[in-house]
Amino acid sequence: MARLHEYQGKNLLRQAGVGVPAGKVVKSAEDAVSTVSDLGESVVLKAQVWTTSRAAQGGIRFADGPEDVAPIARELLGLKLGGFPVDRLLVEQKVEIAREMFLSIYVDDSVSRPVLLFAPIGGSGIEEILGSSPDKVVRRELSMLKSFRGHEARSIVRQAGFRGKRLLAVSSVLVKAVKLFRSCEARSLEINPLVETRDGRVLALDCRIAVDDYAVFRHPELGIEIARELSRPPSRLDRIAYDVEKNDYRGTFYFIEFDDDDDRPRIAFHGAGGGGSMMSMDAAKNEGFCLANFTDTSGNPPASKVYRAARIMLAQSNIVGYFGSGSGVASQEQYNSARGLVKAFLETPLTVPAVVRLGGNCEDEAVELLEVYTSHLPVPVEGYKSDDSAAECAQRLRELVDHPDRWPLPGPKPRENEAELVVNYGFDTVTGGRVDFDHDRCFRCPEAVCITACRPGILTLVDGVPRLKITPREAARGKCTECLACEQECFFRGENAVCITLPIPGLDT
Amino acid sequence: MSILVDEKTRVLVQGITGREGRVRTRLMLDYGTHVLCGTTPGKGGGEVHGLPVYDTVEEAVEFHGAFDASVIYVPAPLVKEAALEAIAAGVRLLVLVPDRVPIHDVLEIAEEARQVGAEFIGPNTLGVLSPGKAVLGMMGGRADAARRWFLPGRVGVCSRSGGITSAIGYYLSKKGIGLSTMVHVGGDAVVGFSHPSALQAFEADPDTDVIVMFGEIGTSQEERAAKLMANGTVTKPVVAFIGGASAQKGTRFSHAGAIVEGDRGSHESKVQALSEAGACVVSKFDDLPTAVQAVVDAL
Ligand code: SF4
Ligand code: SF4
Repeated sequence: MARLHEYQGKNLLRQAGVGVPAGKVVKSAEDAVSTVSDLGESVVLKAQVWTTSRAAQGGIRFADGPEDVAPIARELLGLKLGGFPVDRLLVEQKVEIAREMFLSIYVDDSVSRPVLLFAPIGGSGIEEILGSSPDKVVRRELSMLKSFRGHEARSIVRQAGFRGKRLLAVSSVLVKAVKLFRSCEARSLEINPLVETRDGRVLALDCRIAVDDYAVFRHPELGIEIARELSRPPSRLDRIAYDVEKNDYRGTFYFIEFDDDDDRPRIAFHGAGGGGSMMSMDAAKNEGFCLANFTDTSGNPPASKVYRAARIMLAQSNIVGYFGSGSGVASQEQYNSARGLVKAFLETPLTVPAVVRLGGNCEDEAVELLEVYTSHLPVPVEGYKSDDSAAECAQRLRELVDHPDRWPLPGPKPRENEAELVVNYGFDTVTGGRVDFDHDRCFRCPEAVCITACRPGILTLVDGVPRLKITPREAARGKCTECLACEQECFFRGENAVCITLPIPGLDT
Repeated sequence: MSILVDEKTRVLVQGITGREGRVRTRLMLDYGTHVLCGTTPGKGGGEVHGLPVYDTVEEAVEFHGAFDASVIYVPAPLVKEAALEAIAAGVRLLVLVPDRVPIHDVLEIAEEARQVGAEFIGPNTLGVLSPGKAVLGMMGGRADAARRWFLPGRVGVCSRSGGITSAIGYYLSKKGIGLSTMVHVGGDAVVGFSHPSALQAFEADPDTDVIVMFGEIGTSQEERAAKLMANGTVTKPVVAFIGGASAQKGTRFSHAGAIVEGDRGSHESKVQALSEAGACVVSKFDDLPTAVQAVVDAL
């Protein structure tokens, strides 16, 4: 869930017509001081970070006058709360609270509907209070097909004990909040506390909105950079990986770097499919490994996506092993994963042992590709199939990591072509990559394995050299699936005449 | 019998002309699924694997009569439109294969489906397979693999992970334990046909004796399933495994559904609820086949 900061949520509330205290977002103590002229002497400074119990951690402070604001702002801006460095503050006018309320709207999976909760009490610790006295909360399931009506809101607020003008003021907040929940496609929207001020206004004093990750694409106005919930700011590799995923709709690639670093051996973890990945992570942890990251490539991704995933993972520091493991019985054709890994392992090149469980469709071909094409590397690369369990594979990796003396000897180096590739033919691919050929080498090539290796069958021999059967435009629009077969087969069985370049913005520069 | 699908189920494929639609229609046909045609707005009049393609579901119904099920392969942002079209045309079982369908779209589909009594599997599902009969979706990937991996029998499987659905089917079959139906309920936070729905369907199926369930952290599905066992709605033996034991609270992995919010949906709460309701919950996935064998032997 993509969470919004308090100030972002409040901006949305304000636009939706819900009252919020006058306030400003600042990034420095000087700016904090200058707000006092607009907001008055008594203000509250609130650290804008995603963490629960901000107040208890000292992230919310009151100040009186400019001399008071500066040191407090400086102090807050130096803090780190729940893993997040505080880089901005919301400075708000202090309000006199007459009464606190609680409002929450969230997607409830057990009824497949949005649910609204409203309570005539609110503030910190409200979850516990409501948990022990559920009769204080009014709960309503909302319709997705009809809009939420004023009379429904009034009924809820009346049930919570409100009458007259106050009923009217509070129920109008409910209607606006539900409208906002729908329009920004939130998974949850919580206002706690919603307050009545001494001077009779109804204001949202805090606001937490989490937007559905899958809907972020149709809400550019929210300015969400990474549609994911992270427990810390995104790392450089997190961002690079997110861009790869955004620019390639085929299959799913998910990556987060972990920051738990201890003295256990750190490995790169490459899962496939959510369930199998979680199980494989457990297996790796049982072997005493510390995971540098969590990666998942699944949903039938092309070889190029697996390649980019592996490259990003191998850019992590202090890795002693590479563990790939999914469910063990994948419906997707596993040679795509194998080819992606081979390209990444050869180009990086790999310096740590790798154990990869490739069970599933075409697993024999996949394991053979992986092992044969990396056999000349100085580190072992082992492929496993559906009959090998995740636990056994994790154990095997542990053995390889602990005992370099037991590594099998590398195979013979493939025949290298010393000379530079002279590119004289090529075409673009769907993710901004290039497939380039040196046709002069093709004249010496007896078998032209690239033609038969190309799964989508878009290559053909014209005057003895491979060319596209289709237009370059069609190739660039996805007919070239970036399966990497032409490059690898030509490298090992042809004249090393193909070079596929798949840029990963931010990684190589 | 089996649940949800068999060789007589009359099937339509929405989005049949796309990359995935084409490939998985091949799988379904080769496996023996009774696929009659497909639709893609704007591509009416064409053909895929010898099947006619129509612009609308309505038109497909005019030519072929009513359908029992529609398998949907359109891009995620268009899934809602496709699903509502199928429901409007009278289809009562939908399989929503795509990943990343916005949650508010799913809620809308759910509400319309509820109003007319339609059922949907997914989104983000590999689908459902009744061994030796038919498959909806992409479970098994290829017909020859699906035939080799999954044997017919009397154990029902439901799972929140697609890969694990296949893995359970494969490891059980390898042990000689056959399957009535395997259903991947989908990895998302809100799904249509959920674990509780699956348990009730297996309970009502005279050809299912034992139910195997793969749960995960997040959502309330396993807790609700446990409730059905505890109150006597589900009486058949259930063997379960819950994934995500070592996942941190609040961290979301690739399954959108696998997020623990507060204390809801944690690993412990699920294991406890299911154990108390009388399920056999194994703590290691690799122990699952042996545990199922023991339950089958004790019948
Ligand atoms: S295999 Fe390589 S050298 Fe041979 S024709 Fe193809 S690209 Fe040229
Ligand atoms: S040209 Fe063919 S073989 Fe080469 S990457 Fe593209 S699809 Fe694969």
